[in-house]
Amino acid sequence: MAGGANQADAPGAWGPRRIWQRLSSKDHQTTGFLILATLLLVIFPLSMGAFRLNLLGKYLTYAFVALGLVVCWGHAGILSLGQGVFFGLGGYCMAMFLKLEASDPISTKIQSTPGIPDFMDWNQITQLPHVWVPFKSLLFTLVAVPLLPGLLALIIGTAMFKRRVGGVYFAIITQAIAAILSILIIGQQGYTGGVNGITDLKTLHGWDIRTDRAHMILYMVNVCLLLGTIVVSRRMLASKLGRLLLALRDKEERVRFSGYDVANLKTFAFVYAAVLSAIGGAMFTLQVGFMSPSFVGIVPSIEMVICAAVGGRSSLMGAVYGTLLVNFGKTFFSERFPELWLFLIGALFILVVMVFPDGVAGIRLDKIGGYWTWLRGRLGLGGAKDAPPGSSPPPVIGAVDSSALSAGSGGGVVGGPSTILPSVSVASERSAASRMKL
Amino acid sequence: MTSVSDLFSVLVMQGFNGLSSFSVLLLMALGLAIIFGQMGVINMAHGEFLTIGAYTTYLLSEVSQRWAPWLQKSYFVFAVLVSFGLAAGIGLLVEHVMVRHLYRRPLDTLLATWGLSLIMQQGFRSIFGAKEVSAVLPDWLMGSFKPTQSIDIPINGVFVMGLTLLLTSAVFFMLLRTRWGVWVRATTQNRVMAGAAGINTRKVDRSAFALGCGLAGIAGAAFTTIGSTGPTSGSLYIVDTFLVVVFGGAESLLGTIASAFGIAQTQATSEFFLTGSTAKVLTLTSVILILMLRPQGLFTIRVRR
Repeated sequence: MAGGANQADAPGAWGPRRIWQRLSSKDHQTTGFLILATLLLVIFPLSMGAFRLNLLGKYLTYAFVALGLVVCWGHAGILSLGQGVFFGLGGYCMAMFLKLEASDPISTKIQSTPGIPDFMDWNQITQLPHVWVPFKSLLFTLVAVPLLPGLLALIIGTAMFKRRVGGVYFAIITQAIAAILSILIIGQQGYTGGVNGITDLKTLHGWDIRTDRAHMILYMVNVCLLLGTIVVSRRMLASKLGRLLLALRDKEERVRFSGYDVANLKTFAFVYAAVLSAIGGAMFTLQVGFMSPSFVGIVPSIEMVICAAVGGRSSLMGAVYGTLLVNFGKTFFSERFPELWLFLIGALFILVVMVFPDGVAGIRLDKIGGYWTWLRGRLGLGGAKDAPPGSSPPPVIGAVDSSALSAGSGGGVVGGPSTILPSVSVASERSAASRMKL
Repeated sequence: MTSVSDLFSVLVMQGFNGLSSFSVLLLMALGLAIIFGQMGVINMAHGEFLTIGAYTTYLLSEVSQRWAPWLQKSYFVFAVLVSFGLAAGIGLLVEHVMVRHLYRRPLDTLLATWGLSLIMQQGFRSIFGAKEVSAVLPDWLMGSFKPTQSIDIPINGVFVMGLTLLLTSAVFFMLLRTRWGVWVRATTQNRVMAGAAGINTRKVDRSAFALGCGLAGIAGAAFTTIGSTGPTSGSLYIVDTFLVVVFGGAESLLGTIASAFGIAQTQATSEFFLTGSTAKVLTLTSVILILMLRPQGLFTIRVRR
């Protein structure tokens, strides 16, 4: 071991650097999880007002999508640009139930057909469409929220992966599906509420969801679901299944030759991500009180990808932090400097992909200087002696993860400049040591 | 009898509408097919190169309006050239600064170029405003042919089709009859082998990327003759264009042409019977269903790897 890590390991040197390292090392994953849980369950609810907390709850529903993407994209290597589809489906299922409850015959008696949602009445629909009928039941809705999007993902995934469609093709096709669904929802105004979406949601089984108290309870439910998801996902990723997912990301052919059904594994990851997104969507509807096609299309889908990327595409907790960072950043900048926001998020995209492929979870405080040297070398500003000549491409993403799988694949980092550390949350001390030697 | 001939004229005009959207789609897709087929790189900012071309044309039209009235008749020719040059130049820059570092990570290229497209869109919005603008067309692009009483064919549409035909032939000529074309095809089919045979694949990549972006720039110039330009004009086309390329088979230009034609015509024809959004949903869904059955696209090149 050499360099900064050595100094930081000196006993008694408890600085932010040391704490950060401890948190990002494998043995202290639990500490990181507890910190996140404390932040979300205790510190934020106590320190934020009702409005801010509701906003936070809304962002945390996106974190479900980001968590799904960590599993599906970060670990299994399947980039889906259509997660908005599943988020939207989950949200719409919940919204349909709430809307039916809100439009009982008494409160809609001024309509020409009382008892159906107001937007249907405006669109001259006189009978509740058949698709809507089952959503009168809460039980059905609760089952449908994860099941319908999961089923759709199963169909898409099976059709694509069985025929070995993957990589960029899959990304483009999922993006097209997101486009289709949002056009469909906007076009079928009478059945879906059109551009405005489904609004004016009031009660859940008689319980008013618009009060501050309800918001607080829903927020807590949301956080508990989220933390539960993290625990389940981490168990899953640590199991053999998770290792297989990692393996098929790095060397798909080898997994296939080893006798595993790659298509089934990929479909599983995709369905898992879809179900998580759907849960997020349903929680969104409950907390925000409406659902609209603006959470379904191409742009929201890709923004969810950037949330996962900023947090670190293979780090579960990073996804939560990334989502909060991006969305609070969005709120902050689009309130104050609306012009600047798109520039910023665009630059963030490029920066995260090119310089910090492991996002927030991959940043090592003790290496900030190194990033700068590397960047200078890359841009040809001179003065950077240790930047490799001919500037090799950034390191293989998350190659360190696979060191958990086989010791040999730690060599994937060799291609990258030594100054950028693709350390992810599960990076072992050993692979850190091997990188130091470079 | 009149109703039958009316239906016929409607069909002809609708078919013609399909042809002009086919032209713009094809111009976009040609560039994308070269870039995607060549390097496997997904350029999400491709639509913004169209917008660059469109705004360039708009600027030149304003300039000729204000300071050089004698150019009013011919500025469009310059606009096409300048659009091509500007878009290709910016493409070259983007390739050098960004894309070349990501060749081994196609999914990351997709994200990075998406970021670039956001920046470019906001850039257009800051410079030209959110309102749509339109170039003043020279007289010879206005008006329409009237082969019969009820059929009305706009000249600008014919012009765009002619331009597309010209460019497609030029691209085919370059790919099939020049030394550069041999390099590109060799690199597409087997990059390592092409490199071993002494082809500078880096240089081929760079020129192919620039050419693809330049073609999008021309598509933008052509776009101004049939629609008005806004900051997001290009991005509206991007999903369709990608589907065209994937549907046609990523490495086959012939496939790209066929699928652009198929998609544009399906859209135009079904628009006549259904509402616009239903037609779009129908078209995209059928493309995706066909892709599920035939993931390699319509046309494929058989290569031993």
